[in-house]
Amino acid sequence: MQGFFARLNQSLARPLGVAPRLLVVASALLLVAVYLFPLWNLTMFAPQYPEGLRLDIYSYKLVGGNGGQDIPEINILNHYIGMRDLVTDDFTEFKWLPFVVGALGLLYLRAAVMGTVGGLVDVLVLNIYFSAFALWSFGYKMYVYGHNLLPTAAVKVEPFMPPMFGGTQLANFEVYSYPQAGSYAMGLSSLLLVAALVVAWRQSRAASRQGT
Amino acid sequence: MSWIRSRSAAWATIGALALALFVSRCAPSAPKKDAKKAGGGTSDIAVAAQKTYVAPGDLDEYYLFSSGGHSGQIYVFGVPSMRHISTIPVFTPYPATGYGFDDDSKKMLGNLTWGDVHHPALSETNGDYDGRWLFVNEMNGRVARIDLRDFKTKQILGPIPNVSGNHASAFVTPNSEYSVMASRFSIPIPKGTALEIAKYATDFKGVITGIKIDPKSGEMSFGWQVVMPPFNYDLGDAGKKASDGWVFFTSYNAERATGKLEVTSTQRDRDYIAMVDWKMAEKLAAEGKGTLIGGVKVLDPKELPGLVYLLPCGKSPHGVDVAPDGNWIVGSGKLQGVTTVFNFEKIQTAIRNKDFTGEEDGIPVLKYESIKDAEVPVGLGPLHTQFGTDGYAYTSLFVDSAVAKWKLGTWEVVDKVPMSYSIGHLTAAEGDTVSPDGNYLVGLNKLSHGRHLSVGPSQPESSQLVDITEEKMKLLYDAFTEPEPHYAQMVKADKIHPIEVYPKEENKHPHAIWDVKDASVTRNGNKVLVKMIAVRSTLTPTDFELKEGDEVTIAITNIEQTTDELHGLGILDYNINLVVDPGETKTVTFKAKRGTFPFYCTNFCSALHQEMQGYMIVR
Repeated sequence: MQGFFARLNQSLARPLGVAPRLLVVASALLLVAVYLFPLWNLTMFAPQYPEGLRLDIYSYKLVGGNGGQDIPEINILNHYIGMRDLVTDDFTEFKWLPFVVGALGLLYLRAAVMGTVGGLVDVLVLNIYFSAFALWSFGYKMYVYGHNLLPTAAVKVEPFMPPMFGGTQLANFEVYSYPQAGSYAMGLSSLLLVAALVVAWRQSRAASRQGT
Repeated sequence: MSWIRSRSAAWATIGALALALFVSRCAPSAPKKDAKKAGGGTSDIAVAAQKTYVAPGDLDEYYLFSSGGHSGQIYVFGVPSMRHISTIPVFTPYPATGYGFDDDSKKMLGNLTWGDVHHPALSETNGDYDGRWLFVNEMNGRVARIDLRDFKTKQILGPIPNVSGNHASAFVTPNSEYSVMASRFSIPIPKGTALEIAKYATDFKGVITGIKIDPKSGEMSFGWQVVMPPFNYDLGDAGKKASDGWVFFTSYNAERATGKLEVTSTQRDRDYIAMVDWKMAEKLAAEGKGTLIGGVKVLDPKELPGLVYLLPCGKSPHGVDVAPDGNWIVGSGKLQGVTTVFNFEKIQTAIRNKDFTGEEDGIPVLKYESIKDAEVPVGLGPLHTQFGTDGYAYTSLFVDSAVAKWKLGTWEVVDKVPMSYSIGHLTAAEGDTVSPDGNYLVGLNKLSHGRHLSVGPSQPESSQLVDITEEKMKLLYDAFTEPEPHYAQMVKADKIHPIEVYPKEENKHPHAIWDVKDASVTRNGNKVLVKMIAVRSTLTPTDFELKEGDEVTIAITNIEQTTDELHGLGILDYNINLVVDPGETKTVTFKAKRGTFPFYCTNFCSALHQEMQGYMIVR
């Protein structure tokens, strides 16, 4: 057992090769996409809205389709079922999410420079934790919007969970919810970290075989 | 018995002969020259159906802006479907859009709630439609501007002093420098002068006016005015290209007659087309020339040689239309079987050579033979001419009830299509510009004579769509309109770019509010200002109290920014009916009378539209 930990420590302390370091840098660069592209998109079609109502969720803002007009329109429609207005101020995520992504990026770069397998494991764990938390946070937000309905609403509907991924029918609306470039970049960033770890692991295995 | 048999046989023969004679003398049950049976001008039904069918959700190729005549409105149609898409109220209150009920439009209409709209004119750049504005005239001496960004009437100018019966209007010059006006009913000027009818020939005056158009804003203002002999100025067209700088007006009653004009004014074989050098008029007006009459400076051509010339044109001409290249001017004598084509080059030569045959109140009359290029035998009662591609011209024939197609230059009449019935104006696709499209032509007919489901004696007018893409014209479609289309303009749809909501950031109304929390009732003495918001599905404030005799202004803002989310404000027993488009603010001012008055949204907006209501309580 002690031998295992000794070997693990040894492995974690091993320096990274060029390839894993580059992969980590690439992973950090991908995070820039989080600032440029939306993370998620919701699109709703109804007979009266053949062009659809669109909502893009960025890491720091909400953007409605049709020159921003779709958000007030969604709010006007939602007020009939007593749903809270979608307002930027309600999204605390917008305050911390860009900061955290920036911090993550810096940590990635640090890991690439310091260049140990252990450092790489650190950022991968952080990455997975952060992604999972952000996803849960988004899901929870959706849940709250769908469940926190005013009892005085003109139209009473059963509390509902809006779709996170895929399409569904809500009253007269066909609703689609899909991740966007920002989220895909986040996902790819995670994959690159995993790849870096795999490459590093192989390199370290090869090195240790050569060493013995 | 045989003699009986032979006698009855003889009688039978005589009877049969008489019957045969009678039958043969009987009028046919339909005209022998039945155009429909002969296949003349009627499309194969399947072809016509395909050419006019615009599938649900698809859009038309052209806008047709049709004058609404004494309805005071403009009707908007799509071509080729001939679907009536909307009505633009101009000179008449129109409850459907709340026009003439809010403070601004009420002020714009002034004391007149009626206008006789005749000739819409699209704004032009280099002689081609630019899709910015539509100018329309009406008989009470006014011209209005419709902004095609939102299809709303933005300005009504007039009544302009001295102009009486503004029929020859609102034709625009090739860069929309001016829209013109002219008197159809000469009067002693200034208005307010009363003179015995016996002084008509000497003391009554016709007046021609140029209305200046601001090239950026479209804002109209008085430009210049010319006093003319007391003829009846009927229609006009601005010169273009070769003839740019001139504007032409037909006139009837060169006899200067009064009384029963159908007799007294039709004695001479020729009346006149007046041509006015508008660039000269502009210059003279800028120099301050003219005599002050009725509050405006009036130019007198007697003292200003070169300003106006008269072209003799037979007989009692109606339309005058300048061909796309500007060199040919087509004048249609409505009591003739020919339309007359003048050559602008020849006109200029005649002016240079002083080739005159006389004068009218000091205005030279050019020699007809020197300036005429052709008398085209189009048919009976030619009224108006439009132009197509390949040098073809199309002339409406009121008496013949047909459209004649003829060729500029060869003057050959190549085809005729019957119109049902009694065509007045006609409009071809961009057919009065420097580059006509061809494709379609609409005949704006005066009579429909039961070609529609019967609606009683008050019958609609008929507008017929004709295919002019081929050698032979083909009738495609019958559409019916309320009274009464005179002239119309047909413009390619992609030249017009309307907005669909008023953007919030463009709303500069001082009483506009955008948050329901800002809805308020403010009192200042007996003046009360109610700032109201309309948004699905509440009018806020939902109730408010006033005192009897208060002078109340309600300013209502529709804070929607969604297409087609219009809201209305109807207040019962008050004759108040506003319709507010998305992003728009309107006001209405009234005196409060005692009682409890429900108000509600009139323009169906949402599932809870019925609930969009409130109470105005006046104690």
